[in-house]
Amino acid sequence: MAIEVRIPTILRNYTDGAKSVEASGDTLAGLIADLDSRYGGLQERLVDQSGLRRFVNVYLNDEDVRFLGGLGAPVKDGDTVTVLPAVAGGQPA
Amino acid sequence: MRYDSLLDSLGRTPLVGLPRLSPAPTARLWAKLEDRNPTGSVKDRAAFFMVAEAEKDGRLKPGYTLLEPTSGNTGISLAMVAKLRGYRLICVMPENTSAERRQLLEMYGAQIIFSPAAGGSNEAVRVAKGLAAEHPDWVMLYQYGNEANALAHYETTGPELLEDLPSITHFVAGLGTTGTLMGTGRFLRENVPGVQIVAAEPRYGDLVYGLRNIDEGFVPELYDESVLTSRFSVTSVDALRRTRELLDLEGLFAGISSGAALHAALAMAEKAAAAGQRADVAVMIADGGWRYLSTGAYTGTLEEAEARLEGQLWA
Repeated sequence: MAIEVRIPTILRNYTDGAKSVEASGDTLAGLIADLDSRYGGLQERLVDQSGLRRFVNVYLNDEDVRFLGGLGAPVKDGDTVTVLPAVAGGQPA
Repeated sequence: MRYDSLLDSLGRTPLVGLPRLSPAPTARLWAKLEDRNPTGSVKDRAAFFMVAEAEKDGRLKPGYTLLEPTSGNTGISLAMVAKLRGYRLICVMPENTSAERRQLLEMYGAQIIFSPAAGGSNEAVRVAKGLAAEHPDWVMLYQYGNEANALAHYETTGPELLEDLPSITHFVAGLGTTGTLMGTGRFLRENVPGVQIVAAEPRYGDLVYGLRNIDEGFVPELYDESVLTSRFSVTSVDALRRTRELLDLEGLFAGISSGAALHAALAMAEKAAAAGQRADVAVMIADGGWRYLSTGAYTGTLEEAEARLEGQLWA
């Protein structure tokens, strides 16, 4: 099973500089646990006791997982998961 | 139509069908043309409401100075309102935003303080907050947390959409300060059962996200996740592609965040069409393409334009 996980610059020290890694799981939670088993410490940067950390955004096929079930969101082979830090938006337009 | 002054002409913008882009006769896209506002962007609504509320509260008095973190449109809108109402304006913006916006601000008499490009809008907000703390007589209306921003849309944009498109099924807009989506979204959800409120969030390149600690991110104080029904992350290349499609297929010259909103809107409309459901999807056209010409977004191939856009803020 292969799910592509895109890693933001700030977390690439956990993946030896890799921008993108593969992982497997049936849910986002499982996927993160799988990632953590190979890139130790990553889970703690993404998740805290209340779920996904406040300033971390995770997108499943470009859609914010918070609207797809959060950590319980189902994931499958061929999906792409993108992790990004929350930024101020707005402006210029 | 006749108005007593420029500010009175605010809002009541056209809602224009997009027959060539709409996926099916029963899955239609409708563009709300916010470039038809006094300074040419949706931000005129927020700027007017924030200033009016601050005047009502007594926070703003004639001759006062406004300070705002803005990489462009809010600054331009505030500059216009400040000029007409007699206030000074200082804008804090990242140094990598387009040349046209800087020029417009200076033409309106605003003073600009630049924040570093790396770190983008987060850094501009940080710098502005620091300055506000140092200068208690500067009024920071703070578009990211000022409820009057969202209120402008609750009271004007939402009702206009409902009046023009009572059969509305989706409202799609770019997500920045979140004011447009929060205000319009709340109004529509109160009045249209089952309406979908969809956010299109720009996905920038690494330079903008920079090496900032992931724990130091920023979520606008206005943001209330429960108002949205979905949120999409849209890449520069997709936003650019759709912006060009708007021009090529519908003759509509829009800014890049409009392309991002269209990308999400098309996904919604296509999903409905595939399921045999009707859809009337209103898409926010926040501004025209004028302020993005110098980014090179409209010339050359899509790949060339995407490369030029790298590192620049486009929404």
